[in-house]
Amino acid sequence: MELTMLYYLIPSIFMFGCGVYGFITRRNMVSILISLELMLNAVDINFVVFNRFLFPGQLEGMFFTLFAIALAAAETALVIAIIINIYRVARNVDVRDLSKMKF
Amino acid sequence: MESVGNIVMYFIIAIAIIVFSVLAVTSRKILRSATYLLFVLFAAAGIYFQLGYEFLGATQIAVYAGGIMVLFVFAILLTHQPNALAEPLPFKKKILGLVACILGVIVCGYALISYPEFCGVTKPELFSLDMNRLGKALLGTEKYQYLLPFEAISVLLLACIIGGIVIARKDKE
Repeated sequence: MELTMLYYLIPSIFMFGCGVYGFITRRNMVSILISLELMLNAVDINFVVFNRFLFPGQLEGMFFTLFAIALAAAETALVIAIIINIYRVARNVDVRDLSKMKF
Repeated sequence: MESVGNIVMYFIIAIAIIVFSVLAVTSRKILRSATYLLFVLFAAAGIYFQLGYEFLGATQIAVYAGGIMVLFVFAILLTHQPNALAEPLPFKKKILGLVACILGVIVCGYALISYPEFCGVTKPELFSLDMNRLGKALLGTEKYQYLLPFEAISVLLLACIIGGIVIARKDKE
């Protein structure tokens, strides 16, 4: 049996689908962030797999993933700071209750 | 031809990714869903190791499993009751999410299937991925070398540290 590129792309499709589902249905801000991380990771896996299977002599996909991981870390730190600040103001992290900035 | 160990490892990783990512978005206890996310991240690192990118797998474990998960756990413990259950989803919303998710998966899957010669590519030999080459590519200024993004990321991380402190700081009243 040969592990072709399709085999590595299928888990990443599932992961992305789960991320979309969670992003739409969840109401808790931390859960939404978790779904976002799932989607980001699915895309990272895709970059690496395409790099490995189609251009094995180059490193572009790998470095793109490396920088994407660093960006994801920065983004998560900021979002969690925002969530904790929101919790201080509203005592809640449910997106339905966060309507103070709405017109 | 792949070795049997490789194939077994692949199936363990793939099943772990699928099962734990479903659990991570459906679990009603938030701390549990963070734990499932951790398992998904480990499995993704496993894929990187299996494809031969050891440096990337190590980064994934160090940054995601080490850094980001700690942040998640802190945020959850600071903002939630430990044993609180999320309220069950209304039927309409669940259907909406499922439709969006399945539509997305079908579109992507169709795009994959419609290029059979493209997804049947077998794993080519990986050549010369030692730290020497990685370091030169990361800190060089020529074509296919990445000094500028590297510096940009470091400035971004600094900005992010300052931003995080400013946002999360308590106002003195």
